[in-house]
Amino acid sequence: MKVRYILPAFEVLRDESKCVNCRLCERECANGVHSFDSERGRMIANDAKCVDCHRCVCTCPTGALKIAETKDVYRSNANWSRAAIDEIYRQAESGGVLLSSMGNPDTYPEFWNRLLINASQVTNPPIDPLREPMETQVRLGSGRVKIERDENGRLKTALPPQLELQVPVMFSAMSYGSVSYNVHAALARAAKELGIYYNTGEGGLHRDLYGYGDHTIVQVASGRFGVFREYLDAAAAIEIKMGQGAKPGIGGHLPAAKITPAVARTRMIPEGSDAISPAPHHDIYSIEDLRQLVMSVKEATGCRKPVIVKVAAVHNIEAIASGIARSGADVIAIDGFRGGTGAAPTRIRDNVGIPVELALARVDDRLREEGVRDNVSIVVGGSIRSSADMLKAIALGADACYIGTAALISLGCHLCRSCHTGICNWGIATQIPDLVARLDPDEGARRLVNLVTAWKHELEEMMGCMGINSVEALRGNRLMLRGIGMTESELRLLGVKPAGESM
Amino acid sequence: MLKEGQYRNPSGCAVSAVIDRSGKPMSGRRMIDSIAVMHERSNGLGGGFAGYGIYPDHKELYAFHLFFDDRLTRKNTEEYILRHFEIAYSSEIQTRKLPTVTDEPIIWRYFLAPLPRKLADSHLDEREYVARCVNFINARIGGAYVFSSGKNMGVFKGVGYPEDIGEFYRLDEYEGYSWTCHGRYPTNTPGWWGGAHPFGLLDCTIVHNGEISSYDANRRYIEMFGYKCTLRTDTEVMAYIIDYLVRKMGLTLREVAKVMAPSFWKTIATKSEEEQREEIFLRKAFPSLLVTGPFSVVVGYEGGIMALNDRLKLRSTVCAEKGDLAFVASEESAIRRIEPQLDKVWAPAGGEPVVFELHDKEASK
Ligand code: SF4
Ligand code: SF4
Repeated sequence: MKVRYILPAFEVLRDESKCVNCRLCERECANGVHSFDSERGRMIANDAKCVDCHRCVCTCPTGALKIAETKDVYRSNANWSRAAIDEIYRQAESGGVLLSSMGNPDTYPEFWNRLLINASQVTNPPIDPLREPMETQVRLGSGRVKIERDENGRLKTALPPQLELQVPVMFSAMSYGSVSYNVHAALARAAKELGIYYNTGEGGLHRDLYGYGDHTIVQVASGRFGVFREYLDAAAAIEIKMGQGAKPGIGGHLPAAKITPAVARTRMIPEGSDAISPAPHHDIYSIEDLRQLVMSVKEATGCRKPVIVKVAAVHNIEAIASGIARSGADVIAIDGFRGGTGAAPTRIRDNVGIPVELALARVDDRLREEGVRDNVSIVVGGSIRSSADMLKAIALGADACYIGTAALISLGCHLCRSCHTGICNWGIATQIPDLVARLDPDEGARRLVNLVTAWKHELEEMMGCMGINSVEALRGNRLMLRGIGMTESELRLLGVKPAGESM
Repeated sequence: MLKEGQYRNPSGCAVSAVIDRSGKPMSGRRMIDSIAVMHERSNGLGGGFAGYGIYPDHKELYAFHLFFDDRLTRKNTEEYILRHFEIAYSSEIQTRKLPTVTDEPIIWRYFLAPLPRKLADSHLDEREYVARCVNFINARIGGAYVFSSGKNMGVFKGVGYPEDIGEFYRLDEYEGYSWTCHGRYPTNTPGWWGGAHPFGLLDCTIVHNGEISSYDANRRYIEMFGYKCTLRTDTEVMAYIIDYLVRKMGLTLREVAKVMAPSFWKTIATKSEEEQREEIFLRKAFPSLLVTGPFSVVVGYEGGIMALNDRLKLRSTVCAEKGDLAFVASEESAIRRIEPQLDKVWAPAGGEPVVFELHDKEASK
């Protein structure tokens, strides 16, 4: 007799009095949970296959469905959680490395929620964004200048190439292959409409999206998938991906199941084989090697495009960033350990790296101490969940933020964390045509535009409270933040005062 | 109690300034009369003046004004000064005892010339050499504070109402071609005289009314370039911004205004191609030196004064002219008090610098 060691984590609850047996849930659930029992004339569910993506719940016309975490419990044990036990069962079964997707969901401390924002009272007036201009534009790139004048004494105004963003936020790298074409199309359209940028990730740029090049950041990762002349030429900026917050120190793995002919063509790899990008760039074993790659990318693009270097937030991030700031790169992107992924080994996702808040504060301090902060802009990602997180990041010292998970949630993602299975009932992390078709790129673009526009308004409101009318004056303005419920060393590392302490 | 510099002390204030563009000297009495009108804008916790052209007999020398907590500090500081400068002349600054001005520190004046050998060995230009010595004393010698360090000019300040501070320093006995002054309304009680305004470095001084919201963004940026904001006042950080942009980067004061109080992007878009080119460049090159929140400043320097408001104009500034005379003040009444008949009176727009300079700038040197 085959014993099931792992018991279903979710229960599909169907209100029989509401269910009309329309069988829509059966079609909507690609995991095959729902089926019609013709003998008994009613719908039944196989709980074991459910991943709690809520697609059936959201589409059921009579509202008959609910998904609940199972009430069934193992004998309670403060040391051995259910997840820890299940993972052992799973490994004992498969002998393999555990895979996970989306960001680290564990209960680590988090800092955004422990930072409070200042407001003006009496000595300094707040500014009303409905009546006064508010500037949310930012520019990314090196700002290092020498003041020079021509023979008539006029300023010479040449500057290194910069990206101009209408709102200090961009859509972070998500590769075509890990997400669907429709996701990329929605991101591209939204970025253009918002006057910001989206990032292709390491999977190349689909032919049909070259038209959005002015709002596209293309990635050059260790696998060099889809990298060629036209790809670099099409982009507004080029990002060299050294690491990713969800999986610092390892490369990407796109399973063959997600490699359709179009994905293969875009990545310039054969169909039907896994696409594995190596852990290191094999031409970068040291910081001077990185400099060479930065320079060759610059040369290949006539020095007309900013180069971003993306790294994961790890223990030694200060020194790494300081090296990058001197490598010729224009922007450093730091991805925190909460950052999302389409697939990562569970142990790495859940245990490697540090929170982006700490990494950001330390890097900003270090670059200032060394007088090289002007060499680069800093972009941070890895769980920016709201405009308040974004504002706090800027006040800590970031120039702009990357959002990935937040963007996907706006497209319908319900954070079921099963992207690595290739079955995404929301048409996001999948290449199955029927599922992809569920995401309408125009509707998706509209939702993304709404999200970022709403954040922009909120940013304006909060800046107005502080009496600040330009993001430039918010950047690195740590006196506008106070920490609550933090230790002395956390406050010191973040460079903020405790709540209650005056200016 | 915490000393100024160990906490932020936002202040409301009054400012006033006058320049005779023909270079004719006028008595400090004028400024005292002008600032006295705005008594209500101060609260007796700080006042000060800067006069230009006041030391014509020593105009080749740096005039240092220092506060000392005690005589021992003075001795130590003088040792340091002697290692770096030749002291041409030094004495206690003559003051008038007033019941309203109390707890004054020991106040001395030194006329100094950098030691040529030391200066050559430092590989610094002379002004940078002097600035670093000032910074050293202020940051490292506890109980000593250099509050004035330019040539042929001087700052006079203390805790009290500005008109009383003017009497205390006997400014009616000084004559200069331009004067700026400041009455302070701090929200905390500073016991220390160094916290009063004007704030000066070399010949550049600032009087300021307002509370800037960009303070920490500006401070953390400017500290990358060797400045140390020890007073934690808005005035100090603005003085360093101006010093950095003018002296180290080589911008003109009008260009500095475009950095500190730039036009909004959408206003820039409506300007001429040449203006756009310049303003976009300046905003892009020095984004962290944009100053937000209310401010009205008067910058004094050798040969001129500049008035500048924040770009929303959240603090009042009035300018006026009468022949060679030009005035800036928080309120028109402060100008009318010393010059009832004016040729022209106007309120400059937010972010629009107003510069008044000597007709013959070279002559002031
Ligand atoms: S996997 Fe999703 S669609 Fe299927 S039953 Fe579970 S919640 Fe519903
Ligand atoms: S993208 Fe799809 S599969 Fe991944 S977490 Fe979101 S809903 Fe689940």
